[in-house]
Amino acid sequence: MNEPRMVEVRRKVLKENDLLAHRLRDRFQSVGTRVVSLVSSPGSGKTTLLERLLTDLRREYRVAALVGDLATENDAARLARSGAPVKQITTGTVCHLDAGMVERALEGWAVEDLDYLFIENVGNLVCPSSFDLGEDLRLVLVSTTEGEDKPLKYPTIFNTADVALITKLDLAEAVGFDLELLIRNIHGVRPGMPILQVSARTGEGIEGLEHLLISNHTESKLAQVQ
Amino acid sequence: MHELSIALNIVDGVLEELDRQKSGHVEAVHLRLGRLSGVDKDALSFSYGVACEGTPLANSRLLIEDVEVAIFCPVCGVERPTRSFPVLICANCGALGERVLRGEELEITAMELVT
Ligand SMILES: Nc1nc2c(ncn2[C@@H]2O[C@H](COP(=O)(O)OP(=O)(O)O)[C@@H](O)[C@H]2O)c(=O)[nH]1
Ligand SMILES: [Mg+2]
Ligand SMILES: [Zn+2]
Repeated sequence: MNEPRMVEVRRKVLKENDLLAHRLRDRFQSVGTRVVSLVSSPGSGKTTLLERLLTDLRREYRVAALVGDLATENDAARLARSGAPVKQITTGTVCHLDAGMVERALEGWAVEDLDYLFIENVGNLVCPSSFDLGEDLRLVLVSTTEGEDKPLKYPTIFNTADVALITKLDLAEAVGFDLELLIRNIHGVRPGMPILQVSARTGEGIEGLEHLLISNHTESKLAQVQ
Repeated sequence: MHELSIALNIVDGVLEELDRQKSGHVEAVHLRLGRLSGVDKDALSFSYGVACEGTPLANSRLLIEDVEVAIFCPVCGVERPTRSFPVLICANCGALGERVLRGEELEITAMELVT
């Protein structure tokens, strides 16, 4: 048998997903739809927060949501109570959404009629980090009840997200939550990352978050005009 | 575990690159894997074997080169390695890095073919 010959290849492993995500991002931007995804461990409060955001933003904007889950459709049912269009993506054994799942879920939806599309990823801090979904903004949630060392254990998700949200602020005191430590850990793995603090239960901080989403949107619309 | 998805993407990618070659059987695939890629090396090696089954890549080897994290240090003004992973502290002066320059890689760099 001959000696093996080395063939140089320069190829990102997730090239196909990246290409599809770029196409989705172009499509969303060309019709002015702002796409925001949420990632966190199971139970950090993604669905609860989204229920609130959908209900509030629906008063002035056209909003919809996609929600990923391994098996159940419970989250979609909860989100649908807001009155916004919601579609469940059941991933089976796959622990993350990818760009292809988002594209298929949007078939039959008039994306151009939306101002905001929210995507709740599968509850997992590891797997979603590698997969670009074509979103404009990725929010990573970490609750006051889950330990301040999450960023050190899962640095990649903090590196691929744009904004960190500290959730369940209303429980902070009861669990002896150390805010400074969490902020230090977030900034240790992702220097300068914007951090907001919210409680979907009491509504604290929600206005600030909505303001961020809206001002970001206005900027992107301005950018399109220029 | 997303390493199986990653492994399936490696197999698809290599098969596509193989199409561009006139001939050859893949013996080994070289991969660069950043420490911040979020991919577990052992889980990936195991998944690769599974993903290759029943494909022309069956029994090929996956050779993984680890890539350590490097940051741009605003104080030193140059690329630096970090200390105390995963915190992005400059190994030279202890300042917080401005951005990650290396360590996020997840890429196929080469394949070894026999004819
Ligand atoms: N006290 C309190 N509980 C919350 C808050 N947000 C969510 N929860 C509770 O946390 C649990 C998990 O929330 P859920 O939204 O389903 O999390 P998900 O898995 O990230 O979608 C539920 O029992 C929620 O009622 C909050 O701001 N404060
Ligand atoms: Mg949920
Ligand atoms: Zn330095």
